[in-house]
Amino acid sequence: MKFDRRAVLRGAVAGGGVLALQGVTPAWARTGSPGLRPDQPTLTGPDIDLTVGRTPFTVGGRTATATTVNGGLPAPLLRLREGQNVRIAVHNGLDEDTSIHWHGVLLPFQMDGVPGISFPGIRPSETFVYEFPIIQSGTFWYHSHSGLQEAVGHYGPIIIDPAETDPVAYDREHVLIFSDWSFLSPHALLEKLKKSPGYFNRQRTSLAGLIDGGDRMSLEERRMWGAMRMDPRDILDVTGSTYTYLINGHGPDENWTGLFRPGERVRLRLINASAMSILNIRIPGLAMTVVQADGENVRPVEVDELQLSIAETYDVIVRPTEDRAYTIVSEAIDRSGMGRATLAPRLGMTAEVPPLRQVPNLTMRDMGMGGMSGMDHGAMGAMDHGDMDHGDMGDMNMRDPDNAPPGMAVGVGVDMVNMSPINRLGERPTGLEDVDHRVLVYTDLVSLAPNKDRRAPSRTLEIHLTGNMERFMWGFDGRKFSELVEPIRFERDERVRVTLVNDTMMSHPIHLHGHFFELVTGGPAGHQPLKHTVNVAPGSKVTFDLTADAPGDWAFHCHMLLHMHAGMFNVVTVRPLDGAAS
Amino acid sequence: MIKTAIILFPLVVMAAPAAAQSHAGHAPAAQVQAAPLPPGRVRRGSPNGDAARVGAPGAPVCPVGSVPERIQTPADPHAGHDMSGMSMGQAPATAPADPHAGHHMPDMGGNRAPAAPTTDPHAGHDMSAMPGMTAAPDDPHAGHAMPGMTGMVMPPVVPTSADDPGRPPQAPPPVAATRGPAHAADLYFDPAEMTAARERLRVENGDVRTTTVILDQFEAGSAEGDTTYAWGAQGWTGGDINRFWWKSEGEGAFDGEVEEAELQALYSRAISPFFDVQAGVRQTYRPDGDRTDLVLGVQGLAPYWFEVGGAVFLSTQGELTARGEAEYDQRITNRWILQPRAEINLSAEDIPELSIGSGVTSLQLGARLRYEIRKEFAPYVGVEWTRHFGNTADYLKAAGHDVEDTRLVIGLSAWF
Repeated sequence: MKFDRRAVLRGAVAGGGVLALQGVTPAWARTGSPGLRPDQPTLTGPDIDLTVGRTPFTVGGRTATATTVNGGLPAPLLRLREGQNVRIAVHNGLDEDTSIHWHGVLLPFQMDGVPGISFPGIRPSETFVYEFPIIQSGTFWYHSHSGLQEAVGHYGPIIIDPAETDPVAYDREHVLIFSDWSFLSPHALLEKLKKSPGYFNRQRTSLAGLIDGGDRMSLEERRMWGAMRMDPRDILDVTGSTYTYLINGHGPDENWTGLFRPGERVRLRLINASAMSILNIRIPGLAMTVVQADGENVRPVEVDELQLSIAETYDVIVRPTEDRAYTIVSEAIDRSGMGRATLAPRLGMTAEVPPLRQVPNLTMRDMGMGGMSGMDHGAMGAMDHGDMDHGDMGDMNMRDPDNAPPGMAVGVGVDMVNMSPINRLGERPTGLEDVDHRVLVYTDLVSLAPNKDRRAPSRTLEIHLTGNMERFMWGFDGRKFSELVEPIRFERDERVRVTLVNDTMMSHPIHLHGHFFELVTGGPAGHQPLKHTVNVAPGSKVTFDLTADAPGDWAFHCHMLLHMHAGMFNVVTVRPLDGAAS
Repeated sequence: MIKTAIILFPLVVMAAPAAAQSHAGHAPAAQVQAAPLPPGRVRRGSPNGDAARVGAPGAPVCPVGSVPERIQTPADPHAGHDMSGMSMGQAPATAPADPHAGHHMPDMGGNRAPAAPTTDPHAGHDMSAMPGMTAAPDDPHAGHAMPGMTGMVMPPVVPTSADDPGRPPQAPPPVAATRGPAHAADLYFDPAEMTAARERLRVENGDVRTTTVILDQFEAGSAEGDTTYAWGAQGWTGGDINRFWWKSEGEGAFDGEVEEAELQALYSRAISPFFDVQAGVRQTYRPDGDRTDLVLGVQGLAPYWFEVGGAVFLSTQGELTARGEAEYDQRITNRWILQPRAEINLSAEDIPELSIGSGVTSLQLGARLRYEIRKEFAPYVGVEWTRHFGNTADYLKAAGHDVEDTRLVIGLSAWF
């Protein structure tokens, strides 16, 4: 006999038993959700109580203990309104410190929730009251910034409704929070990677793949990659070999289902709360109109697929007109696994689930050689191998300190210095180069409202994202945060042009707390997109203009949780502070 | 005695991880001594943490800070616009400044064109003949074919250090950026608690320490009826740069004594992205004479993914010997892996007591085919050929031993 736990719980909620929600999925994240509705037990201001605790979590028939907020994975939806003040009391029911960082929410630095920067953290059985005014609107999220709790369930969505009319019209809305779940603890994942950096990769090139052509890579290319001691399949560090990809806390087999009525405009609020997974999102048969990125409205762009890097959010409008189900696919960019959910007019309907696509091969562009003269700008497959003697590869100095800024340490933690970083904001992201449908690129994003600060930057700053893949060391400018690095200093209200140079072959979702930066996309003047997190593609550089208008100390880090934990982290200071403290 | 110690040592080290694994910083916070607080600061747990205050009428809003002032802008021209008409398939609502507003760009690869800058000289031009993209005016790549590029706006090129070699200094931050307190949160919270929290943050973001034990070979061998065993293991504990590293190897016949067993205890330091230098001591047990050596070696990953290592050994008797090793993992599939391996031993002088002659003493070539049931657990079968040379061979012959040996091996490699 199959016991429908969720149906029972729905009954409990209908009966007003909000407390019955303890230990289960929040209403909005339950399968069969009609979408966000005023009658749901949404947590809303001005006073919100959250308790962090440990709760059993079951996926794919296995159960483990997750770190949860109010007993739910994902954590409860916070729905706030621009212009209100909010007080959020966070009680720590764990036996270790915890914290909550409000990702993308603009607030005073001491409310930002990063232990050791904003505040001391929340000790076991203590309560910390966050209090701040809500001065923006959009889709955001929250998560722990303590230890690696975020990787085991401590994340949830935030929706802030605009004070004025929402420029985006929709009939129904669903939150889709994507994440990755492993039955290995995140500390165990890191230990495996420190000992064997390719541990989770079961898709490496092989002799069999060479013989049967399945690797799509010639012997010559292999030799070149081997000469560099780099792996063309090193796309994600932690893969589907251990991860179950969740959508609203549901595994692919549990098939979370959101309801719609044909013809409705459905707003999907996409949030990537993964620890280590960059995801490609598509809904075969439905075009997605991107209307918001990282909580900031953008001019509508219609696409068929988008890459959702870790910690990014996109709001999209879909308009299913047929009385049929649609599959929502969140495929890991290395194609080692995927999450799956369904949009359907009625519960129980399903649509075809597409198979995983071929694992992509990294190319010379991902090695920071894409911009070199004499090289075709195309992908590896298009390279004319006759033009370049790969035997000389070893002579090319792929670790030349001259290509680094003066303050960078080119030591053990740096296995490569980008020889010729290219701006890839206009390129399709990893693995989506050749798909035969429309793919979102960063240059598609154009702010809907004019940006507030139109000043030209008064100085430039170059920051390198560095790593040593063999030792699983990660840092900024060749240093791990643990090496007592200098903070990155800005003067208050200073406008600075920051260029991030990726000296590695991996994507890094870089997040700056407390600020939105303007991506230099070459888009319409004053309408370049504002973001809190940007995915820096392998071998590329990304430039943003930052107005350092939030005094205080802020975290700046890679949102690949284990990259951060391995050292890719720093503090940004903005001075002077307010009042006498300045 | 030594033999027992050598065999037991790895076991002891295996037991160590639990104690040695730091991941330090995840431990609960150290209790901070209650000291008088500077005015305006709060200590963890109170009064900010007073849950009873939550929602109390009249409770101050944002009592411990103020909202940063943000640069004001002219009113949003879109404020209050309802864009219900912008849903899919229809023209997006665009800002008045957009020269492409409402333009239809039929042949542009199917991607919706983001609007181009106002300075775009192509504004208003028919772009149907320009597949691929529009380039920003300063784009040096304009006109290049860029397969895989679907974006139609080319971001401007911002030069970086790679375009400006010699590492010229960057402009420092303005002086005002360094004014005020070093740590802003110290103004709101107990500085002692913040100091402790900062240290935990430092440790948590980069100071990862691990311990591993690697059983490279643990095998039985067979040649012409005699069966032998052999092991090769190593492990380390420490951070990214400095590690304690140990190695052990040995062999013997099942029906006889251990022929040779050694244990090295080394300090290992990463000196380059792919290589470590290692120094320490080695204790070797042999039936015909034990030795204690100083060791200086190097170990790492050579181009083309060859795992290599080499060391020189200076014994307490003044004998100088050396060893070099190389191995390579050839993935046949992602689970079947063929590992060819070579080892060469050298000696600076004749050591008759140990049957070692000067020059190349021995060369060992092997190949092991393993199946990774899990990455850290792989049974294997293989073959290993050993040949002794020069005076070493003469000593062995004189003692009635073979100078060449080929054996089949079956074993297990594992790590944790």
